[in-house]
Amino acid sequence: MAFLDRTARGFFLTELLSGLGLTFSYMFRPRVTLNYPFEKGPISPRFRGEHALRRYPNGEERCIACKLCEAVCPALAITIEAEPRDDGSRRTTRYDIDMTKCIYCGLCQEACPVDAIVEGPNFEFSTETREELFYNKDKLLENGDRWEAQLAANVAVDAPYR
Amino acid sequence: MVELWSGYAWPTIIIVLQIVAIIIPLLVGVAYLTYAERKVLAAMQLRQGPNMVGPFGLFQPLADGLKLFGKETVIPAGANRVVFVFAPMLTFLLSLIAWAVIPFSSTMVLANINVGVLYLFAISSLGVYGIIMAGWASNSKYAFLGGLRSAAQMVSYEVSIGFVIITVLLCVGSLNLSDVVLAQRTVWFAIPLFPMFVVFFISALAETNRAPFDLPEGESELVGGYNVEYSAMTFALFFLGEYANMILMSAMTSILFLGGWLPPFDIAPLNWIPGPIWFALKIALVLFMFLWVRATVPRYRYDQLMRLGWKVFLPFSLFWVILTAGVLVTFGWLP
Amino acid sequence: MIVQSLAFYLFAAILVASAVMVIAARNPVHSVLFLILAFFNAAGLFVLIGAEFVAMILVIVYVGAVAVLFLFVVMMLDINFRELRSGALQYLPVGITVGLVLLVELALVLGTWVIVPDLAAVSGAPTPAPDQINNTHALGLLIYTHYAYLFQAAGLILLIAMIGAIVLTLRSREGVRRQNISAQVSRRRDQVVAIRKVPTRGGV
Repeated sequence: MAFLDRTARGFFLTELLSGLGLTFSYMFRPRVTLNYPFEKGPISPRFRGEHALRRYPNGEERCIACKLCEAVCPALAITIEAEPRDDGSRRTTRYDIDMTKCIYCGLCQEACPVDAIVEGPNFEFSTETREELFYNKDKLLENGDRWEAQLAANVAVDAPYR
Repeated sequence: MVELWSGYAWPTIIIVLQIVAIIIPLLVGVAYLTYAERKVLAAMQLRQGPNMVGPFGLFQPLADGLKLFGKETVIPAGANRVVFVFAPMLTFLLSLIAWAVIPFSSTMVLANINVGVLYLFAISSLGVYGIIMAGWASNSKYAFLGGLRSAAQMVSYEVSIGFVIITVLLCVGSLNLSDVVLAQRTVWFAIPLFPMFVVFFISALAETNRAPFDLPEGESELVGGYNVEYSAMTFALFFLGEYANMILMSAMTSILFLGGWLPPFDIAPLNWIPGPIWFALKIALVLFMFLWVRATVPRYRYDQLMRLGWKVFLPFSLFWVILTAGVLVTFGWLP
Repeated sequence: MIVQSLAFYLFAAILVASAVMVIAARNPVHSVLFLILAFFNAAGLFVLIGAEFVAMILVIVYVGAVAVLFLFVVMMLDINFRELRSGALQYLPVGITVGLVLLVELALVLGTWVIVPDLAAVSGAPTPAPDQINNTHALGLLIYTHYAYLFQAAGLILLIAMIGAIVLTLRSREGVRRQNISAQVSRRRDQVVAIRKVPTRGGV
């Protein structure tokens, strides 16, 4: 009897037909595609995207050139040079991130004692040339100015867990 | 002079116009078959498919064609140039010339020859040459392996296609395609010969190198199979030829089993619709099944493919040929 | 008529030229491709004399199946044809003899019509005009009645050849593990999976 059952199954292609039925039923289910350039998925406040250097509300840059981020960076993407400014405070003269080396691990923002270097929510910063991805201090500060509202909100949301 | 005009020149012009009238819709059909394939596959995999070029992505095939036109044809250094360039042309040519004998309605057929079925069978059995030549001429391991697989596969499945065709011919009593269609006025052969219909459909999948039998171009192990080394227009010709072959096999299926241009029932609202439209609808249905199977079934392993062809389909179709002949003779139904 | 003769000379010329190329081509694969071209033109000639069934069978059997296998084998051979051909000249006398014999026999076949004038009437008599009966039908009538035994004998010879090929290649080896697909497919979950409660630190 089991043999008959098996043979009948084989001859009537039941398994193939049930598979075909399954794919056919999937044809009428709603699509799961996100129409990317027009729609975007939600992003966590901890999302590690493009880097930015933040400022205090009074316009003073936060970075104090402690070089912790440079030290912790596993990809050696960060280069910092620093000397005292005219008013005696210690500031960077150079803050470069090679975005082609960066692995977006987020260790720099965890190491930063003053929340100066952060990774923001922006992930659409592709460029046409490689050179454009060698970020310098101006570019990073400009990023900070542009994204400050969201960066501050993200830091505030994440603060209880730090 | 007048005789030359009315005897030779004028009929030639008429025939050329008829050929153009068949080929242009066919090529448009091929272009939109690729679009339909991407849309149907996308729908079955919960994706959207092309939707950016034009409304609903309808101009996508044109954009793809334009892109291939604009690319550079690369001929590999070690390739056999003549055969390398000739292979895609052959594939494309063979997929077009078979349409000469396809009847679109009781009157619309380019060449109503007496051995139409054999002609179709012969042309489809030649399809393997384009692929095997491409595989050999590319001077590449992957392409060569693809060519070899394709040769073995197409030869194996042609045998069972041949037996299926014989079964149909036993019921028709003529090799003329119009007669084959007209013999199905009472009932489509897909119903009394249903097992043969299934065998023919599966063999057609193998014959056109479609999933689940797309081993000659198996992306996962042969990179791209016989067309790895091809680019631009040579690749486009392979692509067009392959899809035109799919349409051809669907046309063959609908002529042999689904009653060609005949409506399902010869009653009032159905037989108002002209024959070519019924024919196109049936071709579209079979093509949808091609795509449907591709979305469902994973690729066969090579030895399984051979086992299916020689150890399952061949004895089965042979058995059905004998059974059909026996039934026809016993009941005196031979046409 | 002009078109027919033009077509005949075209087919015949290409046929002869490609037949010459089959033996003249340096590359064995090119030889096979020329052979296929020759088959095609022969089919064209058959169509011209109204034998469309034979033409289609020629294309299906010889081009579609036999030549594919030829090509299959020749493509995989790694032979240097120039080396192979270096000693070909010593067979020239034998080749010429065989060619001459063939030529004489061909001439004799055609010549019988001249020698025995009645023969033309005999061979022409049972052939109905092509518009009365199509040649698939005519061939069927002839093969399955008059030549039924010969037809069966031809089939038997092919069957024996096939069995011979299978016997030559089939060998049973020891210790080969074969896949049994129907056994695999018909396997049920309860036959192969056992669910056990494993006590901590107890093992199965």
